[in-house]
Amino acid sequence: MTSPTGHSTARGPLLPGLLLALVLGLALPTASAAGPDPAHDHLHRVIPLQSRTSISDTRFQWPGWQKLSDTLLMRQYNTRIVLLGTMLLGIGAGTVGTFMLLRRRSLVGDVVSHASLPGIALAFLYIELAYPGGERSLQALLLGALAAGLLGVFCATSISRFSRIKEDAALAIVLSVFFGAGIALFTIIQKLPTGQVAGLQQFIYGQTASMIAADVKLIGGTSLVVIAVSALLFKEFGLLCFDEEFGRSHGWPTTKLDSVLMALVVCMAIIGLQSVGLLLVVAMLIIPAAAARFWTERLGPMTLISAGLGGVSAWLGGVVSSLFARFSAGAVIVLVGSLFFMLSMALGRRRGLLPQLLNHLATTKRVGRHDLSRALYEMLEPRLEQTGSDSGPDSGPDSGPDSGPDSGIDPLCQYLLVHDRILARRSWSPRRLAPLIRTAVSGGRLEVVEGGWRLTEAGAADARLVARNHRLWETYLVLHADIATSHVDRDADLIEHVLDPDLVDQLLEAVSQRYPHMGMPPSPHPIDSGS
Amino acid sequence: MTGDSVPVDQPDSAPAAESADGAQHLSTAPVAIHDMTVAYHRRPVLWDIDFDAKPGKLTAIVGPNGSGKTTLIKAALDLIPRASGDVHFFGAPYRTVRHRVGYVPQRGSVDWDFPVNATDVVAMGLYKKIGWFRPVSRRYRLQAMEFLDRVGMVDYAKRQISQLSGGQQQRVFLARALAQQADLYLMDEPFVGVDAATERAIVDILHELKADGKTALVVHHDLQTVPEYFDEVLLLNMRLVATGPVSEVFTPENLRATYGGKLALLDQVGHRMTLDPNRS
Repeated sequence: MTSPTGHSTARGPLLPGLLLALVLGLALPTASAAGPDPAHDHLHRVIPLQSRTSISDTRFQWPGWQKLSDTLLMRQYNTRIVLLGTMLLGIGAGTVGTFMLLRRRSLVGDVVSHASLPGIALAFLYIELAYPGGERSLQALLLGALAAGLLGVFCATSISRFSRIKEDAALAIVLSVFFGAGIALFTIIQKLPTGQVAGLQQFIYGQTASMIAADVKLIGGTSLVVIAVSALLFKEFGLLCFDEEFGRSHGWPTTKLDSVLMALVVCMAIIGLQSVGLLLVVAMLIIPAAAARFWTERLGPMTLISAGLGGVSAWLGGVVSSLFARFSAGAVIVLVGSLFFMLSMALGRRRGLLPQLLNHLATTKRVGRHDLSRALYEMLEPRLEQTGSDSGPDSGPDSGPDSGPDSGIDPLCQYLLVHDRILARRSWSPRRLAPLIRTAVSGGRLEVVEGGWRLTEAGAADARLVARNHRLWETYLVLHADIATSHVDRDADLIEHVLDPDLVDQLLEAVSQRYPHMGMPPSPHPIDSGS
Repeated sequence: MTGDSVPVDQPDSAPAAESADGAQHLSTAPVAIHDMTVAYHRRPVLWDIDFDAKPGKLTAIVGPNGSGKTTLIKAALDLIPRASGDVHFFGAPYRTVRHRVGYVPQRGSVDWDFPVNATDVVAMGLYKKIGWFRPVSRRYRLQAMEFLDRVGMVDYAKRQISQLSGGQQQRVFLARALAQQADLYLMDEPFVGVDAATERAIVDILHELKADGKTALVVHHDLQTVPEYFDEVLLLNMRLVATGPVSEVFTPENLRATYGGKLALLDQVGHRMTLDPNRS
């Protein structure tokens, strides 16, 4: 069936642009001034062209003890605000990333960041040509990045909307074309007599330590705004991500909400350029959210966990980057984030691999236990049916098995169980049976006697209970198969926990007519007391 | 029939309901579709649909795959653009009476792995009442639980939705629509892939809605149960083939016109119809 997607992809770039402009304006009132102004020098990001290092620089220095403690305790004002800003960035990215992940727009952040490169280069060139020898402000470069990033997203959505190219292909095309254009422009910049590309490399690889107070204000302020908007629109974004069409049918302006969400992502991607670098921005948006998903099945907790993981990764990345000046903060942030991701994937309480494995093992064990108990009961059942007269080889109880519980000894406990006969009962291999018996012995359900095993009192009760439940289930399916299986929790062991008492009574009656010797109520708890 | 009692602000609803054929002008029917055509990529999928829903009745929308059943509902709800024609709900454009129209989308339309539980989903039906920016408070969560209870799902309130069976998921969707307390419900294939208990639960809900004087339009795929569950039927195959009371319209001839005669089931259905004593 065809389904219309035209509306859902409509994302005007206008709103994101307005929002970012607003944010820039809020965070830094002087952001638009690009020219050099000595009086406000502390507000303008002056990129010292020669002092930048590239990723190929391998000089390495261990930090002194003093620096280590200074950094970790955030003693210096500068360290403090840099770390704080980076952390806010991580929190904001984690928050927005949750929605992007759930909306299956993981790659949009990547497109924005890659597409921003030519914008940065063009802004750089413009300043270089318009004010030769002048200084370049971060704000001007980021505005260029913003414009190009938005253009990239606009191109990607237009391509997928108006052509038959699918969205992922459109994103890949735009990403590579824009990035290629950026690299080409960088080459041109390098050829300029005054041009130096080194100062721009931080946008590719990221360098937290080079941030100054003004940058941090911009980054932190934007992140705060993004976090606040996400918190305010939390319910609305959740609806948008889960069921956009239903939301639209209720009159929620889903297209506008989508634009706002996109605007937040664009903000985070552009703001993250300087500290994480455009190659890795997407990781900050997506990895914390993906990790958080392993821990919870609710949107609220997932967002909080994602924000927390994002914040912690970014903070650690900032610490490492300021301790080791040549370490790329982006790389550290991503590595810490992916460490969290791997831990979450392995251990996550809800969807982690280890809990799932344990769950599976526990189920296998339980099923094995039930199989053994039932097999033993069914082995002994024919002898129980020979009521009274000849009930056991070892002892001669004066009553039939039906009154077994009264005589103090369960007749089931009186029989010797031989290995080969158990084995024959259900095509078990000896290797499969051995651990089952071991567990039963250690669990006190079987005791070792000469030539085999014997059921203990507890084992006998368990065997009866398991056999009884199995038969109740079978009877239920035979008698009431038309009643929905959705009324039945397949995982439940005890039928009376699942079906209503009336139905269980009915089944008990049906079963006890067929198997009178089962001596029906060996249940350890009253069956219809739950009502 | 008591079902004709239609909510308060429509004194003249009864005559509108009686004049079944024609008279679309300023109809106050729960939904009045006039001359609607819908096209995807130049290819029309619905042609000139004219339809007035009868207030207080359960109407089945029936037709083969690709006949535009889902499109009909979505286009009426402004979810996809109409090439021409107009739709009125209770005599007004949809955007002014959204709160009176409940929508149950197809179950397959969302990602059931989404991190929400059954109560969260039902609460979405209350979001409009909650309003912008406000979180879902305890009061609304309790309300959502009440609606879960109505569809027999209160025991599953805290289950993540992927851990529900198909039928249970469908009931959650239904509860979400009920939470809106609308006067008209549009349901897209609520009976697909559900178990017998859910089918029963949905039918019960439909009857409750009808008893409350509400109207329901249900996309339905099982021809066998149409006479049993519904009062009215709309036969659709890109064009409106026939519409009216089941007893008059749900005939082998009309079905053959709808399905192009490739349905062996048709004769059986016709047979059942004539034998069904409950049909008036």
